[in-house]
Amino acid sequence: MSITEDEARKVAHLARIAVEDAGLPALARELNGILHFMEQLNEVDVEGVEPMTGVTPLRLKRREDVVTTGGMPDKILSNAPDAREGFFAVPKVME
Amino acid sequence: MSDLNRLTIAAARDALAKGDVTAVELTQACLTAIEGAGALNAFVHRTPDLAHEMAVAADERIRQGRAAPMTGIPVGIKDVFCVKGVPAQAGSRILQGFRPEYESTVTQNLWNAGAVMLGKLNQDEFAMGSTNESSCYGPAVNPWKAEDGRALTPGGSSGGSAAAVAADLCLAATGTDTGGSIRQPAAFTGTVGLKPTYGRVSRWGVIAYASSLDQAGPMTKTVRDAAIMLGAMASADPQDSTCADLPVPDFEAALTGDIRGKRIGLPREYRVDGMPADIDALWSQGAQMLRDAGAEVVEISLPHTKYALPAYYVIAPAEASSNLARYDGVRYGHRARLGQGDGITDMYEKTRAEGFGPEVQRRVMIGTYVLSAGFYDAYYNRARKVRALIKRDFDLAFADGIDAILAPATPSAAFPLGSVDQDDPVQMYLNDVFTVTLNLAGLPGIAVPVGQDARGLPLGLQLIGRPFEEAELLNQALVLEQAAGFVAKPDRWW
Repeated sequence: MSITEDEARKVAHLARIAVEDAGLPALARELNGILHFMEQLNEVDVEGVEPMTGVTPLRLKRREDVVTTGGMPDKILSNAPDAREGFFAVPKVME
Repeated sequence: MSDLNRLTIAAARDALAKGDVTAVELTQACLTAIEGAGALNAFVHRTPDLAHEMAVAADERIRQGRAAPMTGIPVGIKDVFCVKGVPAQAGSRILQGFRPEYESTVTQNLWNAGAVMLGKLNQDEFAMGSTNESSCYGPAVNPWKAEDGRALTPGGSSGGSAAAVAADLCLAATGTDTGGSIRQPAAFTGTVGLKPTYGRVSRWGVIAYASSLDQAGPMTKTVRDAAIMLGAMASADPQDSTCADLPVPDFEAALTGDIRGKRIGLPREYRVDGMPADIDALWSQGAQMLRDAGAEVVEISLPHTKYALPAYYVIAPAEASSNLARYDGVRYGHRARLGQGDGITDMYEKTRAEGFGPEVQRRVMIGTYVLSAGFYDAYYNRARKVRALIKRDFDLAFADGIDAILAPATPSAAFPLGSVDQDDPVQMYLNDVFTVTLNLAGLPGIAVPVGQDARGLPLGLQLIGRPFEEAELLNQALVLEQAAGFVAKPDRWW
């Protein structure tokens, strides 16, 4: 498999990273290099092998479904680039 | 006492207990050393006032007879850990200005034990890198130099931690290891680096790279110090659902130096093409040291080793692409200046293009690609199946009676900064060839300095242990450390 410039543009957009058109050929080349390296995985017989989801066989911990924290809007907003009236502020989302 | 910053944790602890030294004096010695080591670029945010305050409290605690093993010990913290009120950027421009409102479990455990915070340490951006060159602060520099005097990488991603410990700027430091980021820098700087079993140490408050692989651990001057510090860092933690509900043993008490009858495996697949003769010889010497101590050394096979790197470079970027989705310019850190009419998607895309460096962008995009519709099975699921086979290789070796595995830590000694072709990322990824398998399998591993190459640069070996048997692993590492007798220190040039 190989990534074209168009596909590189699509991946960049999916990743929400702006890439200038002039940067697309180099990006496609780099991504292709890495994907080529990954293609070694096709040599492995994985028939009947379950994908590994975690390293420890421990059962995921459970806890009571209750509120354990919260009530600190000032702390939550303290690092925001733009916070107003108790909310995160962003550019207009809807017309 | 002079040169207090050169002490080990164990020696400082004993001196503190006897009243020969105070935590304030120890801390001052480290702060002075840090002050004079700007050229190493190891400490990127210093906290001298906090350090002084914590040292005073530690001295009071020692006076009251309530000291814990880390009380009064000055440490450096990798930038990736959240410490309340102290900048945490994980080496990234996108987190510029971020001051966490909360504390990571690891650092809270260290402060509860009375350790003293000196500041934050340099690292590759979001722990992605093996040279420290992807840091937004510029690279940390290895205190070791070869004869030609060129500046060497301290390794990565925990390069600042390794440089700081090797240069005696702190008594010990925290690191994190996703594909070798504790062990490779330790090997490059003649220090000890321990990656615990996945789940031994909480990930709460550690800025995430690849959540199924990330694990925090100690970076120290000796194996004994690693045992002491791991004991202080580890805990069960309800805040991290993958953190094991296991009691934390007394790792230091397990350091008996007796490994008679233990079976140590040498994986034949680790004898890779082009391995330098120095590394190969070191590996054989290490095996002989363990044999001399009464262990039985046998060749073993881990047949899927070759596929660990490509599997890692699918899985880690996949996890990174979702973990790093949170950096969107809304809640913390950098937001791009927007143009007239720019909408929210422009804000995301410009913010992330400005905030992330090239290697992070590359991994986020690779991760996005392998998780995207149509490629998920071909890449991501296949890599996870290969990961299961890699883990099974280790399971079978351990089931066969192997107690630990001895391998090189890195395929070379430290190399010059700027010598890796940034346009050929795969070349850099090959650095992780001996370390990455453990992260995939979740196993503990420790890098121990064992020798020096022909140019005088340190070389390390790696011991790999059974899950949650760090105590045994540390004991084996102690035997290696004692037999190797590595005492060299870098000549001070900074």
